[in-house]
Amino acid sequence: MLLIHCPYCEEDRSELEFRWAGEAHIARPENIAAISDEEFAEFFFLRNNEKGLTYERWRHIHGCGRFFNAARDTVSDRFLMTYKAGMPKQPIPVMEKAVAIAEEKTVETWEATEGDAR
Amino acid sequence: MSGSSKNLGAFRIQGAGRLTPARTARFTFDGKSYTAMEGDSVASALLAHGVHLLGRSFKYHRPRGVLSAGPEEPNALLDVSRDASRRQPNVRATVQEVFDGAKIASQNRWPSLAFDIGSFNDLLSPFFAAGFYYKTFMWPRAAWHKLYEPFIRRAAGLGEAPKEEDADHYAGRYVHCDVLIAGAGIAGLTAALSAASTGASVVLVDEQPEVGGALHADAATTIDGQNGYDWAQATAAKLKAMPNVAVLNRTTVFGYYNHGFLGLVERVTDHVARPGKDLPRERLWQVRAKKVVLATGSIERHMVFANNDRPGIMLASAARTFLNHHGVAVGRRIGVYTAHDSAYEAAFDLKRAGVTIVAIVDSREKPGEAVLAEARSLGIDVLTGHAVTNTGGRRRINSMTVARNGNFDVRKMPVDALIVSAGWTPSVHLFSQSRGKLRFDEQNQRFLPDIYAQNCVSVGACNGTDDLADLIDEAIRAGSGSVAVSGENRFEWTGGMIGAAESAGPEHAVKAFVDFQHDVTAKDIRLAVREGMHSIEHIKRFTTNGMASDQGKLSNMHGLAIAAEMLGRPIPQVGLTTFRAPYTPVTYGTLVAHSRGDLFDPARKTPMHDLETAEGAEFEDVGNWKRAWYYPQRGEDMFAAVNRECKTVRDVAGVFNGSTLGKIEVVGPDAAKFLNLLYTNAWDTLKPGKARYGIMTREDGFVYDDGVVGRLAEDRFHVTTTTGGAPRVLHHMEDYLQTEFPDLRVWLTSTTEQWAVIAVQGPKAREIIQPFVEGVDISNEAFPHMSVAECQVMGVPSRLFRVSFTGELGYEINVPADYGPAVWKAIWERAKSMGACLYGTESMHVLRAEKGYIIVGQDTDGTVTPNDAGLDWAVSKKKMDFVGIRGLKRPDLVRDGRKQLVGLITKSPNIVLEEGGQIVADPNQPKPMKMLGHVTSAYWSENCGRSIALALVAGGRSRIGETLYVPLKDKTIAVEVTDMVFFDKEGGRIHG
Amino acid sequence: MVDSGIEMATRTSSLFGLHGGSSAVRLEAAPAAERISLRVHAENVSALSGALGVDLPVKPKTSASANGRTALWLGPDEWLVIGEGGYDIGNSLMQAAANSGALHSATDVSHRNVAILVSGPGAAAAINAGCPQDLSLKAFPVGACSRTIFGKIEIVLLRTAEDAFRVEVWRSFSDYAFGLLAEGARDAAL
Ligand SMILES: [Zn+2]
Repeated sequence: MLLIHCPYCEEDRSELEFRWAGEAHIARPENIAAISDEEFAEFFFLRNNEKGLTYERWRHIHGCGRFFNAARDTVSDRFLMTYKAGMPKQPIPVMEKAVAIAEEKTVETWEATEGDAR
Repeated sequence: MSGSSKNLGAFRIQGAGRLTPARTARFTFDGKSYTAMEGDSVASALLAHGVHLLGRSFKYHRPRGVLSAGPEEPNALLDVSRDASRRQPNVRATVQEVFDGAKIASQNRWPSLAFDIGSFNDLLSPFFAAGFYYKTFMWPRAAWHKLYEPFIRRAAGLGEAPKEEDADHYAGRYVHCDVLIAGAGIAGLTAALSAASTGASVVLVDEQPEVGGALHADAATTIDGQNGYDWAQATAAKLKAMPNVAVLNRTTVFGYYNHGFLGLVERVTDHVARPGKDLPRERLWQVRAKKVVLATGSIERHMVFANNDRPGIMLASAARTFLNHHGVAVGRRIGVYTAHDSAYEAAFDLKRAGVTIVAIVDSREKPGEAVLAEARSLGIDVLTGHAVTNTGGRRRINSMTVARNGNFDVRKMPVDALIVSAGWTPSVHLFSQSRGKLRFDEQNQRFLPDIYAQNCVSVGACNGTDDLADLIDEAIRAGSGSVAVSGENRFEWTGGMIGAAESAGPEHAVKAFVDFQHDVTAKDIRLAVREGMHSIEHIKRFTTNGMASDQGKLSNMHGLAIAAEMLGRPIPQVGLTTFRAPYTPVTYGTLVAHSRGDLFDPARKTPMHDLETAEGAEFEDVGNWKRAWYYPQRGEDMFAAVNRECKTVRDVAGVFNGSTLGKIEVVGPDAAKFLNLLYTNAWDTLKPGKARYGIMTREDGFVYDDGVVGRLAEDRFHVTTTTGGAPRVLHHMEDYLQTEFPDLRVWLTSTTEQWAVIAVQGPKAREIIQPFVEGVDISNEAFPHMSVAECQVMGVPSRLFRVSFTGELGYEINVPADYGPAVWKAIWERAKSMGACLYGTESMHVLRAEKGYIIVGQDTDGTVTPNDAGLDWAVSKKKMDFVGIRGLKRPDLVRDGRKQLVGLITKSPNIVLEEGGQIVADPNQPKPMKMLGHVTSAYWSENCGRSIALALVAGGRSRIGETLYVPLKDKTIAVEVTDMVFFDKEGGRIHG
Repeated sequence: MVDSGIEMATRTSSLFGLHGGSSAVRLEAAPAAERISLRVHAENVSALSGALGVDLPVKPKTSASANGRTALWLGPDEWLVIGEGGYDIGNSLMQAAANSGALHSATDVSHRNVAILVSGPGAAAAINAGCPQDLSLKAFPVGACSRTIFGKIEIVLLRTAEDAFRVEVWRSFSDYAFGLLAEGARDAAL
């Protein structure tokens, strides 16, 4: 079970208090009524679902109730940082990045076990 | 007390072991009664009585005995029961402690353990070779259900699952600590002393009844000048007395998950004869540890040779534990087959206890000098460079056949037990679960922790630290404290091997078992490689090696080495399979813990629940809510009750509990602006004191929720949602408010449970509520349909809505929840005296369907737009923005021919359609038919005197008047498409 | 028709009179109380503090008490304010907040929540039967409060003394909360 740092509660809390809320930094277009079908599809339907470093929204729904942003490594499940909603996309500190990459090599993934076997 | 009245077993050694003869327990095994000493495991107790045959193997039904003395046991799995409702299959005899009155039975045999019909499989073993399941049962497919599966299920399969409900209860608790230490052997205890000395909060966990780890087997090691085992107990007592330390015995760390989270199971009563009723059987500990010290030790491996599975063949360390801890000799004439010095120490202890050691057969040319010298001085015959090439005996070993390596001259020696050791495998399971990366220690042929993924450190045998002084140093460092501990042991061990020994093939048709529980032999693994399996993951699945409930604690390394040899590749290249939680099997009861019965899921009751019950209500579950469904009177079934309720509401009036309706208070100067963005309707035009039906769409344009919204003041709205939608609607609103429109000055608060809601609907509704209401004129002129007011009801500040989900004159009284019962009681008393009724959710559904009012989630399914539902009037055409505005313009959402909600009436008025029934234009077309849509709601309407239905139909509104069909299995029902209003089409009653 | 002999409605709490626990933990229903959910931006916190007579705490996981009122920090702009004397008709907290004259949102939730008082040497252990938070005095000192999880429900937890907690819960979850606390209390006494 993950331990997640809430930037509003300023504390690490159990995953049980949180809810994942999709990819971060996708702003609703100001002129949404006027955008093209393609632009709407890009905004609403299409997500990158990246392996590795991703920016996500989480909500401390059973805590302070706030939505916030997180940079997470989806391979190691490690949270690299969390920051308040409304803040621009934060760069990942170099130290943490190194850890994340080292971990990516060590942890079990489908590719590393079953995948190679193919 | 004389020993004669208590037969503790012929194989008890006077003066040996640490148990107390004065404390005994009686138990039965396969119906026969035995006496054990308190502290005996089932295995030690049976071995004391010379019982070695404990079960039959999984595939070949070969006789099997005790292999180990610990949780790694693959063979001795038994059925243990306390009474009929407390029975547990597949219990490891080496872990289960004997308790007085235990009823223990062997498994996987029929009709009896000694004579088992399934052992026939042993003779057919070529048929059961690796991959047998995949190959044999591939064809013909039809044979699976009739032939193959029943056969496999009867013949294979371990114990029998209990059928009665578990009478025990289970507990669970969350715990946080600075340091969690897994394993309380020398390393774990030392690390705990060290960590505790820093003032850190420490949880020390050990799976055995007492601390000590490998000291259970050992009798020679001294720590701080004391017998090692005694030191361990004294140290545990000292730790337990410290306020910052918790010591959990009989507790297994079964999982090491993300971010220092660990799952522990504590076995609380499984060893107790008559447990107190408050005691849980097991307790689940969910621990969040800042740091984890793994002191999980190592597990001795067996030797892989021909017929290495007969009862009486066991690990040398197990024999040593049974002797030194339980005071039991596992035989009188014991052979030793080893590739490691540790088995010598077992032989020495047994020899000193008066047991004959027939010979130590050592596959190595050069055993350790020290053990060799000691063997000579004790007069034990050592055959170096030799192998045990076969064993004899049916239900128990009676001979071992010995030959010089590579030589065909064999000697057969009579033995009644054979103890074996191929060396020790570090227990890296938890390290591996923590996502740490292992490295292969070439010299000692073992995997050891290398790169850590969490704040964790391995100490002692599980880290490959063999030297006692080094181990103690390492443990002290791991605890970050300063303590002094010094230890001394008699022998430094050398040796060890992995893979098949001399007689395990390659080409002989021998059964040299690698995995005992799944009956996987060395030959099976070679076959898998020959069949083209080159990855250990594939070999594992093909042979099922390591896939039994012991997860290959003994077999993984042997299997890997045999595969590597066949492949001609070094072991690290063939790889190690992944260790997964749980380390040992965990009961469902433990994982469920408190979540059983009433605590399985919250049952949400409204403030009026007890009053409804007293009126005879039947309840239905709506989410977690218990809602009154209908109120049958004497002799009424549901159909009759609902017909009466529906009729009475329209003729007189009905009282309905609407408390579960979701409610959200939207407060702030920008409240109307915010609602404009979240609903399709316009809210700035709504005056205080008025209410409006609102539709909420998602960004994609589909209906998400609906409800009545009342404006109490310029800056305060009372929003209602569907019962089931309340939490997700609030979440959805918060999402937009916090992340898209954070500058709006408005706040949202859930008030669902603040208010008890009493709906009074029907022509006499006003007359019923009139006397209770103060502070508002509720005449039709002053308080028309869709009004809201803050007022007093029975003297209590309340919110009164004039709204209707029945099409009748109606009110919804919101009173603070604690006042709900009193107001309900008074209103119902008056309503009853005027001929009104109570009605439940079923009648509510019928009444609203008569009026064509939709239920989101029943008549819509997440692909329905407001227009599809006939609610286009609720979508503002003037607003510049709202959630869904762009989605609604998507080409697919504006095309012709979309499914639209319409009414359906059956040609025969008495037939009620099935909800979910498919609709077609031509019932005689070939299958698959072109389906036009489906029935979403269907009821008998007593008020209309016929059945009615709502349906989603392609191009529905342009088909009004058409005849369509609902084909069913045995008949086809003809229906006419109509509009959605079946009763009071003019809609006059609502304004009454 | 107001003088038609209609009586004043009486109150029925979902937990009325309920008590239980074990030798290590006492469980009892808290008396009725006034409550508001209060939402205020940072610039108006002092105005509301003044109006309510209790300083709204601005540090996460803390509470403040004064004049029979306790304000619990639940989020950066959210407080649960609990006042004694909830048996009166009306809500004095709503009135006090309104008198502040500053921008805020106050919503009466007096009847939405009920509270269970958990006390005794095993109180923290009993709550940890379902609550994943660290309830050691170091991590959760007296006065600490938090919205959190308790088994399958949400609660607001307030530590009122070293061995005493107040568990605020929505009323329809109170049976579940009491049931799980009773299980936790039983286990904490072993
Ligand atoms: Zn938070």
